[in-house]
Amino acid sequence: MSCHGLPDYASGMTARLPAKTRAILRRFAPLLLLPLGGCDWVVMSPAGDVAMQQRDLIVISTVLMLLIIIPVMAMTVWFAWRYREKAKAEDYDPDWDHSTSLELLIWSAPLLIIIALGAITWTSTHLLDPYRPIERVDHARKIEPAAKRLQVEVVAMDWKWLFIYPELGIATVNELAAPVDQPIEFKITSSTIMNSFFVPAIAGQIYAMPGMQTVLHAVANKPGNYEGFSANYSGAGFSNMRFRFHAMDKGGFDQWVAKVKASGATLDSATYMKLEKPSEKVPPMYFSGVQAKLFHDALNMCVQPGKRCMDDVMMTDMHGGAGKESAHDVQGLRHDGTIDVGGFHPAAPGKKGEIAQPAGMTPAADRTPAAQGKQAPGQQDHDGHAGHKGM
Amino acid sequence: MSPHPASENSGIWKMIFGRLDWSAIPLHEPILIGTFAMVAIGGIAVLGLVTKYRLWGMLWNDWFTTVDHKRIGIMYMILGLIMFLRGFADAIMMRLQQAMAFNGSEGYLNAHHYDQIFTAHGVIMIFFVAMPMITGIMNYIVPLQIGARDVSFPFLNNFSFWMTTAGAVIVMMSLFVGEFARTGWLAYPPLSGIAYSPGVGVDYYIWGLQIAGIGTLLSGVNLIATIVKMRAPGMNMMKLPVFTWTSLCANVLIVAAFPVLTAVLALLSLDRYVGTAFFTNDMGGNPMMYVNLIWIWGHPEVYILILPLFGVFSEVTSTFSSKRLFGYSSMVYATVVIAILSYLVWLHHFFTMGSGASVNSFFGITTMVISIPTGAKLFNWLFTMYRGRIRFELPMMWTVAFMLTFTVGGMTGVLLAVPPADFVLHNSLFLIAHFHNVIIGGVLFGLFAAINYWWPKAFGYKLDTVWGKRSFWLWVVGFWFAFMPLYILGLMGVTRRMRVFDDPSLQIWFQIAAFGSLMIAAGIACMFVQFGVSIKNRDKLRDTTGDPWDGRTLEWATSSPPPDYNFAFTPVIHDNDAWADMKKRGYQRPLSGYEAIHMPSNTGTGIIIAGLSIAFSVGMIWYMWWLAGLSFVGILAVAIGHTFNYKRDFYIPKDVVERTEGERTALLATQG
Repeated sequence: MSCHGLPDYASGMTARLPAKTRAILRRFAPLLLLPLGGCDWVVMSPAGDVAMQQRDLIVISTVLMLLIIIPVMAMTVWFAWRYREKAKAEDYDPDWDHSTSLELLIWSAPLLIIIALGAITWTSTHLLDPYRPIERVDHARKIEPAAKRLQVEVVAMDWKWLFIYPELGIATVNELAAPVDQPIEFKITSSTIMNSFFVPAIAGQIYAMPGMQTVLHAVANKPGNYEGFSANYSGAGFSNMRFRFHAMDKGGFDQWVAKVKASGATLDSATYMKLEKPSEKVPPMYFSGVQAKLFHDALNMCVQPGKRCMDDVMMTDMHGGAGKESAHDVQGLRHDGTIDVGGFHPAAPGKKGEIAQPAGMTPAADRTPAAQGKQAPGQQDHDGHAGHKGM
Repeated sequence: MSPHPASENSGIWKMIFGRLDWSAIPLHEPILIGTFAMVAIGGIAVLGLVTKYRLWGMLWNDWFTTVDHKRIGIMYMILGLIMFLRGFADAIMMRLQQAMAFNGSEGYLNAHHYDQIFTAHGVIMIFFVAMPMITGIMNYIVPLQIGARDVSFPFLNNFSFWMTTAGAVIVMMSLFVGEFARTGWLAYPPLSGIAYSPGVGVDYYIWGLQIAGIGTLLSGVNLIATIVKMRAPGMNMMKLPVFTWTSLCANVLIVAAFPVLTAVLALLSLDRYVGTAFFTNDMGGNPMMYVNLIWIWGHPEVYILILPLFGVFSEVTSTFSSKRLFGYSSMVYATVVIAILSYLVWLHHFFTMGSGASVNSFFGITTMVISIPTGAKLFNWLFTMYRGRIRFELPMMWTVAFMLTFTVGGMTGVLLAVPPADFVLHNSLFLIAHFHNVIIGGVLFGLFAAINYWWPKAFGYKLDTVWGKRSFWLWVVGFWFAFMPLYILGLMGVTRRMRVFDDPSLQIWFQIAAFGSLMIAAGIACMFVQFGVSIKNRDKLRDTTGDPWDGRTLEWATSSPPPDYNFAFTPVIHDNDAWADMKKRGYQRPLSGYEAIHMPSNTGTGIIIAGLSIAFSVGMIWYMWWLAGLSFVGILAVAIGHTFNYKRDFYIPKDVVERTEGERTALLATQG
């Protein structure tokens, strides 16, 4: 992360130069050294084994391609110079337009590179598949595929990150921590908009999508405080949708868990609903307790009371239901638009909480479950199929 | 300034103006007010001058209603250049914002404005700069290269142009009335759904692209028909000039890909207007379908843009190397292979959406395979230069700059095609640097080569080289200053579309990039000065031969600018470098035996339907249903009315042809 060694090195180099030059150099040395600032390039010097392998892949692929790119660029410059009009090259031949051996070379040289790169791609894509439990902590240490992984459930919200540790029974907002060398399994979803969960120091990104779950396996090898963010634009507050990832030793992590547990706050559906409302630059929050199955409900978009869980709906569908019988319960299936994500309202500036919708879009009052004076039937299905959760 | 606060909420106001009211006028945005003032003053000045010099009749008769492919081609280029200024203004604003917004500073743009800017930049540069300019070049050159007198469907050509322009007008309107989409240039749902983008921005986006898309699709049909059916006798497919070949492939891609865009945007509109749930999170919808569909259009679109320019580079390299193109047939096969493969790679735009490893590897490898024919093309250009006599005129300079720039962009592209590498580089500024590297280095440099190459054909005089070279160097150097830092920032893990930053060590890179964009701005200024200086010095730069570069293809066989009918006699073709072959065999221009020439008549139908389409779109965007309904009926009425127009063609009389050709004979004789 730091580059402290470099300026000293530079001043050492300039020591023998005249004073004036030295002064100028000292002023501009940082600029000259910019290309050497590789130590700040997190993608090129990550702190986790998965990202490290991805870095290696970038380097290997680049070197492989330079095998052909450099000759091509050199030939471009060389031919442009050698055959410029003034040079009056003696081998000028206006009708020379074919050579079978050159054609073979032209097609086979890139082909060979691509065969090599394709083979690397096939194996590395499978080995570094984010869904695949990692089989090594770093290049030297292997772990059993069946070994336990730290479970972290991630919900991308407008515009912050919720992390639930189901085994520890704690949750945090905009702060993530894990012990060093501890393989982690992230289960990722989103509450409304498509985001991308990305901690470049430990592993590549994967999309966080509402109603769907993606998985990412990763490990941190060096203790540190790293940056995490959304890498997919998700609206007005996107720039500040950042969190810190702390990689700690075992003792440090236990202390951190204790600190979270000491907060005393509980994340239940009411708190979740409040949290889900759009907000920016949210400071880290700790929850010492989490309501059971909260991530399941977030994933199935049914934290809000009266909403039917997606997996239930799918189950009902599979059993041939969800026809006329549940037609009256459309409101229970609606999730989009139930919270206002700070949209621009040309019709009524500053009037938040109400979404301008075309006529016919707003559900008629008599179709809402409350107006019908009875409990949402979704609740009933929920219980009826409790044993069949498929998602 | 809200003169009708009471009436805005009344039913009658809503019925007439839908959701349009005074708050839609961005009076609170000083930048937009300033822009509007400038546009208004400039617009009034132009209109005033046109009126003062009584040019309206000329504009209407000779340009707006023309069905001449050459004039339509020039109008496409003007549209592209104007929109380029708008798209580039957006780029400069983004660069300045990102260079400023550090250390707690919010920069000078709020999220509402900034998010519109990056969306508009992408939409405008792809749909209203690159597309009109390549369509313009194809329109102008393809019929000339194949020895045809016009395209297959001249009225359709005029109509296509005006529909594209109508789309541009709709997008430009959003600057001053309402807002543009704040979704990114591909408007992924759920963000672009009605629930999370309830304003008019996404509707402007949808209707702008739908209307322009009709134009693009029809122009694709038109050019395919032209190339397939209207080639001069003797020009079989393997004697087609390479630019025409690449145009053919690009237009086949247009016809196959644009309906997908139309369909996916139609589904999104259904979601937004009538409450269907194709791409919603709930009610059984799935946004992933949108992402797949839009990229099934989007990836071929990349090749629609670059293929015609590959053709330009082939023509330029062979002309200025004074040599036949090396490996003509391998060039043709490479083009066709690229066109086919471009349909098998769309998923590489979202490896990170969670597909399995086998799916990701498949699409990664198909993507890499495209680099094989592309590499073959590059080698073919190289070996065209080999054993040549290269004249470094501006088009050739742009071509060499392209070859050096594009290889780097191609390399980073293949790197991004390796899925695990993409997982760390996706959506980062590395990706932004990559596609600007291929689009600027490929498409834009190609367009500049094409403009400098064919300008003398279109106007009869060459472009000024001094200002052209200034523009060239500022552009090429500025490009590296603007985008090298973005590659580095991408490797530092910086993602795209950020408005503010908290790591101060990044700022220097954004400042270098901003400096690069200012160099590019100077390059653009030089280009416009180049046009101005050349127009002023046109007599000095005049070319009377019609063949200033010692060209090799048929467009150089006729005068510059070509007569309305292009060729008095349809040439017979014996070689793929038709004109070089004719010159070699001692071709004599026929001096007698002219006949009257059958030509299509001008019509105002295209511009009228396009105008009505704008009205229809405004109605749909602002929920003024009466306007939408009325203008839709109007469109149908005008279209049906046009079928009863029997004055569709005329003959250029024999004596006019004789006089025109006689003037050229006299002009050529003065050359000796």
